[in-house]
Amino acid sequence: MNSYLTDNVPNRFACLGLGTNSPQSLTKRPAASLRDMPDWLTSEHSTGTSLMAAEFDGGVVIGADTRTTTGAYVANRVTDKLTRVTDRIYCCRSGSAADTQAIADVVTYHLEFHEIETGEPALVRSAAAVFKDICYNYRDQMSAGIIVAGWDSRHGGQVYSVPIGGMVVRQPVTIGGSGSTFIYGYVDSTFKPKMTREECEQFVLNGLTLALSRDGSSGGCVRLGTITKDGVDRRVVLHNDLPKFYEG
Amino acid sequence: MANAQGPSFERFSTSIPTMPSAAALGPMKRTQTPVSTGTSVLGLRYDGGIVLAADTLASYGSLLRYRDCTRLHKVNDNTVIACMGDYADFQYLLSIIEQKAITEDCMDDGFNITARSLHSWLTRVLYNKRCKFDPLWTTFLVAGSDMDDDGQKTEFLGYVDKLGTAYKDGIIATGYGSMLATPLMREAVEAKTKDGGQLTEQDAINVINDCMKILYYRDARAHFRYEIAVIPTTGSARIEAPVEVKGDWQVAHLIRGYE
Amino acid sequence: MSSIGTGYDLSASQFSPDGRVFQVEYAQKAIENSGTAVALLGKDGVVFAVEKLVTSKLYEPGANRRLFSVDRHIGMGISGLLADARQIVETARTEASNYRGEYGGDAPLRYVTDRVAMYMHAYTLYSAVRPFGCSVILGTYNVPEKKPEMYMIDPSGVYLGYLGCAVGKAKQAAKTEMEKLQLSDMTCKQLLKEAAKIIYIVHDEVKDKSFELELSWIGEHTNGRHERITGEVFTEAEAYAKAALDEESDSEIDES
Repeated sequence: MNSYLTDNVPNRFACLGLGTNSPQSLTKRPAASLRDMPDWLTSEHSTGTSLMAAEFDGGVVIGADTRTTTGAYVANRVTDKLTRVTDRIYCCRSGSAADTQAIADVVTYHLEFHEIETGEPALVRSAAAVFKDICYNYRDQMSAGIIVAGWDSRHGGQVYSVPIGGMVVRQPVTIGGSGSTFIYGYVDSTFKPKMTREECEQFVLNGLTLALSRDGSSGGCVRLGTITKDGVDRRVVLHNDLPKFYEG
Repeated sequence: MANAQGPSFERFSTSIPTMPSAAALGPMKRTQTPVSTGTSVLGLRYDGGIVLAADTLASYGSLLRYRDCTRLHKVNDNTVIACMGDYADFQYLLSIIEQKAITEDCMDDGFNITARSLHSWLTRVLYNKRCKFDPLWTTFLVAGSDMDDDGQKTEFLGYVDKLGTAYKDGIIATGYGSMLATPLMREAVEAKTKDGGQLTEQDAINVINDCMKILYYRDARAHFRYEIAVIPTTGSARIEAPVEVKGDWQVAHLIRGYE
Repeated sequence: MSSIGTGYDLSASQFSPDGRVFQVEYAQKAIENSGTAVALLGKDGVVFAVEKLVTSKLYEPGANRRLFSVDRHIGMGISGLLADARQIVETARTEASNYRGEYGGDAPLRYVTDRVAMYMHAYTLYSAVRPFGCSVILGTYNVPEKKPEMYMIDPSGVYLGYLGCAVGKAKQAAKTEMEKLQLSDMTCKQLLKEAAKIIYIVHDEVKDKSFELELSWIGEHTNGRHERITGEVFTEAEAYAKAALDEESDSEIDES
C-alpha cells in the first residue's frame, strides 16, 4: 500500500494556502511525500483573483487584477486574466490557471469554427453556453469560475457568470474570484443600469481596487477592457495609479 | 491481493518520482457536492388546481450570490416543475426537458407530456444517475393537470429527489420547507376542509404566502423575493410575477438584552 | 430532358459524358409529380401553402401532412416523395436541436438550411444511395431583427434564398401568379389569402381530383413561432381562394 494513499493528513501549511483535502479537486491534494515542500512548489498555479464585468449603455466593461499565486507566492504580478474569445467576446478567468486557460483555448477554437460556419460573429450567449458546457461536464475535475462578457448585434452588451458548479446566468453586473467576496456591498450599492461608458469604467476600477486591497490572493495592477460594437479597448491601470480609499 | 499491483506499479512507473502518481490520487470520486443551490420549494393542491412556489435565489454556500434565478419552469400549458438543490444540475435537466417540449410542439399532434409522465421520467433519470454514484443534486416538484385512471381531469403533484425517491401527495415541501411549511399547509387544508369546505385558489395562495414568510424568517438560505405558479386543472398554467415577503418585525421592539 | 441516360443514369456516383448526374435530375422529376407547395415572404413573416393531393377518399382528413415545424421558429413545406421528405424534416429537427444544445438558443435558419443541404448533397455522391426525391422550403422570422427569411433546397443539395418560392407539379404556374404580387410590401394576413388562392388556381381539377389545402405561417404576429393554420383564419383564406377562383373562371369564359 502506498503510504500516501491515506488522506487524513493534518494540513500543516493551511495558513500558507496549501491545497486542502477538498473533495472537489483531485489535483489540489498534495501527496504526503510532498508535504514538506514549500507551497510554491506543490500548489497549483491559481488565479486567486478579483474579477468584474458590468453592462453599460452600448457595451460592457470587464476588469481583473493581475496577480497569480502559487500558495502564498506571487508567481506572476502582471498576469493578463482578460482573455480573448472572439473579436467582441472576452472572458475573465478565475480558479486554476491551467484549467481556465485550457477551457478558454477550447472555447476560442470552437467559436472561431462556429463563426466560419454561420458566417456571422458569435453571440455572447453562445460563448457562455459553450463555456458552461465544459465547466458543467468537468465540474468534478476542474476548478474554474469564469465571467463571459461581450457585445453582439442581437442583444448588445451582455455579461454571463459561469461559476464553479457549471451553471450560467446573465447579470447586468457580476463579480468573481476570491477577492469578489469583499466588494458585494460596494457593487450592490454603487451599480446602476445604463451608466455611461466612463462611469462604468470608473465603477469597475474602483471595485477592483477595493477588492485587491483586501484580498491577499489578488493584487498588482488593474486591467480594464471595454467592449462595444466598435471592438475592444484595453488599458491597464498600474498599481501606483490605482485610486486611493480609506487605508486605516 | 488488493495491493498486488501496487509495488509493481511503483517499480515500473515511468512517471517522475516526485510527482504524485495516479494511485496516490486515490479512487476516482464522482459523488459531487452541490455548489450553487436553491432552497425549499412548496407545492399545494387546492380544489381545482395546484400552487407551486420557490424563491429566486441561488446561494453559493452561505453567500446569497444570484438573486434573480427562477426555479419554476413551465413545461407546457398544464405542467410546471420546481427545483431545489444544485442550480447547474437544474439547468442541465431543464435543457433536456425544454428540448422534449419543443420536439413535442413540432409533432403538432395535440399531445403534451403530462405531469405524471414527466414525474415518472424524472424518477428514472435521477435514479439512474445516483446508481452511477454521480447524482444530480436536485429535488423536483412536478405539478400539473392530468387525466386519472378514469379519464377524469385531475390534479397531479409529485416529488422526486436526487436518489430517485418519489411520491405524490397534495401537500409537499422540500428542504426546510418540509419542517416549517408542511405543518402550516396541512393545518390550513384541514381547517378549510373539515366541514366539507373547499380550499380555493386564493386560499392556497394565501397559505403559500404565509409559508414563504415563515421560511424567510427561519431559513438562512431563503430570499425575500419569490415566484408562485398556479396550475388550474382546467385552463392554462401561469407563473406569476415575483412578489416580495412583507414580514412583521415589530417583535424586535419587545426584545432587549438576552435574558 | 432530351437525352436519355444510356447507361449513365443508373448511379448517382457517375457523370454522363456531357457532365450530368442523371439520378439527381430524375429526383427533380419525381417532385414534379407531387402536389404544389408555395411559400411567400412578406414584410412581417413567411406564409406556407401546400396543395396536398388526396389519392383516396378512404384517407382521414388531415393525414399525411406536408407542412412541418422543424423547431418552434422554423417552418418547412415539402414537395415530392413524402417518406423522403420526412427524413429531411427529421434531419433538420436534429440539427436545430443540436444547435440549441450546444449554443443555447434558436438555430439561425441559414445554419440549419446549410446543414440539411449538405446532408441532401451527400446522397448525390454514392452509388449505394439515391438522391432525395423531394424539395423543401424553410422559413423563419427573426423577431429582434424584424427579418423574415426563406430558403429552398432541391435534391442536388443546392439551396437559395427566395422572396417567393414554388415547388411541385404546378410550380411554373404558381411562379407566374406570384410575380403579379408585390410580395415584400405585403403582410402575412394578406399573403395567406394570396397563397391559398395560388394553390386553388394552379390545382388541376382534371388530372388530380381532390386535394386538401394546408396553410401555415410564421411572423411578427405569431411572435416568431411557426403555426399551422386552422379554424376561422383557415376558412376565411380558403373562402377567399375559392371566390377568387370562381371570378377568374368567369372572366375566362367572358374572354372566349
